[in-house]
Amino acid sequence: MSETNETIKPVVGLEIHVELATATKMFCRCRNRFGDPPNTHVCPVCIGMPGVLPVMNRQAVEYAMKVGLALHCTVAGFTKWDRKSYYYPDLPKNYQISQYDLPLSADGFLEVPLPDGTTRKIRVRRAHLEEDAGKNIHDKASHTGVDLNRAGVPLLEIVSEPDMNAVEEVLAYARAMQRLVRWLGVSEANMQMGHMRFEPNINLHITRGGRTFKTPICEVKNLNSFRALERTVAYEIQRQHAEWQANPEGYSIDKVGKENRGYDDEAGVTVFQREKEEAHDYRYFPDPDLAPVLVSDEWRGGLAAQIGELPLARRARYMERYALSFKEADALTQDAPTGDLLDTAVTDGADAKRCANLLLGRGAAIANDRGYSIAEVGVTAGQLAELAKMLSGGEVNATAADKIFVKLAETGGSPRQVAEAEGLLAVSDAGQISAWVDQAIAANPKAVEDVRSGGKSQKKAFGFLMGQVMRLSGGAAAPAEVQRLLQQKLGS
Amino acid sequence: MTSILDLSAVELRDAIACGELSAVEAARAYLDAIERTEPRVQAFNEVHADRALARAAQIDADRAAGKPLGPLAGVPLAVKDNLCMTHGRTTCSSKMLAEFRAPYTATAVAKLEDAGAVVLGKTNLDEFAMGSSTENSGFRPTRNPWDLSRVPGGSSGGSAAAVAARQCVAALGSDTGGSIRQPAAFCGIVGLKPTYGRVSRFGLVAYGSSLDQIGPLTRDVTDAALLTRAIAGHDRRDSTSVPRDVPDYLASVNKPIEGLRVGLPGEFFSDALDAEIGAAIRAAAGAYESAGAKLVDVSLPHSRIDRDADGKLSSYAVACYYIVAMAEASSNLARYDGVHYGHRTAEKVEDIVELFSRSRAEGFGPEVKRRIMLGSYTLSAGYYDAYYNKALKVRRLIQNDFDRAFEACDVILAPASPTPAFRLGEKTSDPLTMYLADIYTISVNLAGLPGLTVPAALGRDGLPIGMQLIGPVFSEETLFRAARMYEQAGGVRRLTPPAMAP
Repeated sequence: MSETNETIKPVVGLEIHVELATATKMFCRCRNRFGDPPNTHVCPVCIGMPGVLPVMNRQAVEYAMKVGLALHCTVAGFTKWDRKSYYYPDLPKNYQISQYDLPLSADGFLEVPLPDGTTRKIRVRRAHLEEDAGKNIHDKASHTGVDLNRAGVPLLEIVSEPDMNAVEEVLAYARAMQRLVRWLGVSEANMQMGHMRFEPNINLHITRGGRTFKTPICEVKNLNSFRALERTVAYEIQRQHAEWQANPEGYSIDKVGKENRGYDDEAGVTVFQREKEEAHDYRYFPDPDLAPVLVSDEWRGGLAAQIGELPLARRARYMERYALSFKEADALTQDAPTGDLLDTAVTDGADAKRCANLLLGRGAAIANDRGYSIAEVGVTAGQLAELAKMLSGGEVNATAADKIFVKLAETGGSPRQVAEAEGLLAVSDAGQISAWVDQAIAANPKAVEDVRSGGKSQKKAFGFLMGQVMRLSGGAAAPAEVQRLLQQKLGS
Repeated sequence: MTSILDLSAVELRDAIACGELSAVEAARAYLDAIERTEPRVQAFNEVHADRALARAAQIDADRAAGKPLGPLAGVPLAVKDNLCMTHGRTTCSSKMLAEFRAPYTATAVAKLEDAGAVVLGKTNLDEFAMGSSTENSGFRPTRNPWDLSRVPGGSSGGSAAAVAARQCVAALGSDTGGSIRQPAAFCGIVGLKPTYGRVSRFGLVAYGSSLDQIGPLTRDVTDAALLTRAIAGHDRRDSTSVPRDVPDYLASVNKPIEGLRVGLPGEFFSDALDAEIGAAIRAAAGAYESAGAKLVDVSLPHSRIDRDADGKLSSYAVACYYIVAMAEASSNLARYDGVHYGHRTAEKVEDIVELFSRSRAEGFGPEVKRRIMLGSYTLSAGYYDAYYNKALKVRRLIQNDFDRAFEACDVILAPASPTPAFRLGEKTSDPLTMYLADIYTISVNLAGLPGLTVPAALGRDGLPIGMQLIGPVFSEETLFRAARMYEQAGGVRRLTPPAMAP
């Protein structure tokens, strides 16, 4: 049997851990902050001292509910807290407060935009809230340090169904989730700060000669970047296929079951991790220190009302209503505030396309330089609307508008004031332009000759003369007027 | 003049408030008593003499300055050593926490101190409150002031013995399966396990979190009302504490309840009960009847006590309790691993698992280890449904029994323990027999109800016999009034062990 009629279908499910951007931790009032010196945001509750008790952070529950609602999940009316037991030095109580059989949210989906412009529905099995563990720091030869600043930070674990069948789909899903939680304002989802961590479950369904083979499911823990996720999934697909080829009957889910693997970032490979002698038994049971959470229809409804339009819906609206391209609409819906800026400017009467051009031109360039979103560049919706209107009215040309945009981002003020102060208002005075046109004609006889001769270089020569006039005007001449006068004087 | 040591908490604070007595005199009298009797009783893990005298002096200064005094101003108390205080150590009578100093004070203790109470020290207990005799203390056993060869009960044995021995006016204990009520009965004093959620558990080192409650051990019912009023109420640091007004128990305690219906559960008066105790409780029932109460037969089928062919006792409630409490304990005690605080092994270890294992093996006593192992087992995959889940169902049935019973009566009258105080060493070799010491008290914890133990009589061999009044949730006021009716109707009150008389 030849290998050509063999089909390989990767099957991938993804667990995503998202740290929620609440002011304080999940069960105490310590600040939820990354990057401070070790053990500076700790208290008896989050370091698990004897006799202290957890008190639920309502904001964390609301953030988690928002994500659940945005994922079209059923948000339970009754949910509770369970203890998950395991011994590890970064887990001060040696149990983690989590949610076991009654998660806050279940049975939803995320509409994921794929690189080819289509979308795919990835089902979400559950999203539950828990407390994060601390961190072991292995920077000394003699001992390991434990930093508990992160211990007790609210963590949302979102578990997908195994609905992804390609590396690109896994990556697109992870990125869409990042966009969603940022959109909802519930997490910064900053990979460098560990706000998002991935655990893919991967296996292959291989069909050959009418038989389907399933490779063992491999879970890879604790991936901290999109790159690691991408490389892990790609590597696993290739590795599992190779292992299966070497041993098609033995390397199967029925014989091996599930494997845990770790990702080696330097080598870009995953490595087998031996399980402890006994399988993990987390001994879940309801946490007697915390009351169950009762979610009323009013509470749920109030949060649902705050969610508003989600990224994909907004993108579709921009394409349809504002006649933007897919690329433009996609770029403007990476986060909610950027789109809000556009929408407000349009409501103010500005032209959507011109606003979009300004935001995606200078706006995106500045944002990119500084590593933040377009909305954070500092140009307000009012400024954007005014500038776009000046462009539409021919009061400034595109070059001037770009300069004004940069100035607004730097120093603020009104676009008109900036234009006046910087001499960027378009000159449409026929006498003045006429003088520049005459000057350009006198200085460039060869180009004038080319235009007048009507040869194949006519168009190019005309453009050259246009440019000369614009240069003489310092970019301030109204292009339409320049064109009209040039045509008139050259008789073309 | 009667001795300072004879005064109740209410009498003492009144005497201090009107200047008959200074708080310092009161504190000194008790510190002297501790010095005199402690070598025999061994109730305290730590005595805070200097701090107590300083606080007493502050009360006296406040009074002299005309400042308002709290309802417990100058009253010397003891605190069970599983309640955290920023002063001194909080050991839980465990080697694991022998040097533990808490950076916070338990809400119940802070409330008492805010009310002016003077804490004399921390009392001994069964390690982590696991036991019924205080013999499981990791340090030393406490002895019963009525007979030093006998146990004071447990786990709040140190607090009970200290109150009975006149080493303090009253004390705080904790009750997970009877740990206030049983030692109160053994020592001839009053003890209340409040409704679950009535008193904040913040600062109480957890044993069985869904069962634990802090309560007072006192000389008489009136003092129990005074202390309960001081410690009860919602605390935002304990999500299981209930936001509900606290009645002025003291104001109503002397008002008899007209037409009181006293329920007698048939299941509790089987041959498992010591005959003398049975007789004492029936006599108490008779006293209630004479005082105008109506006696009602009630049934608590799931709290029934069975005797098998070998004569061994068993009870659904005991089985249910030990599954729930040990499951919770196995998790609550997981944090004692030698990493962040507490005992850490001095042995050289290969890895973190060995550090955990050795530290825990060295730090915990045998009963604590037994309960951690049992609890871990019942929560394990494959056994959860057979044990823990089934126990939760039985717990519900026990609660339902009480709900039904309280349709027919206002309070239930029951024994507090199957026997009077037993001898040291008598039950240590058989943990199961020891567990049965709680047979009449644990269903109250499982149902979350308040239970009050008061002395019923003195037995033939000079040992006190206690009885228990159980009420519906938040019926503490009814319990105090009903118990006070018994005191007034000729029940025993303020018993002093002969050997401890000043």
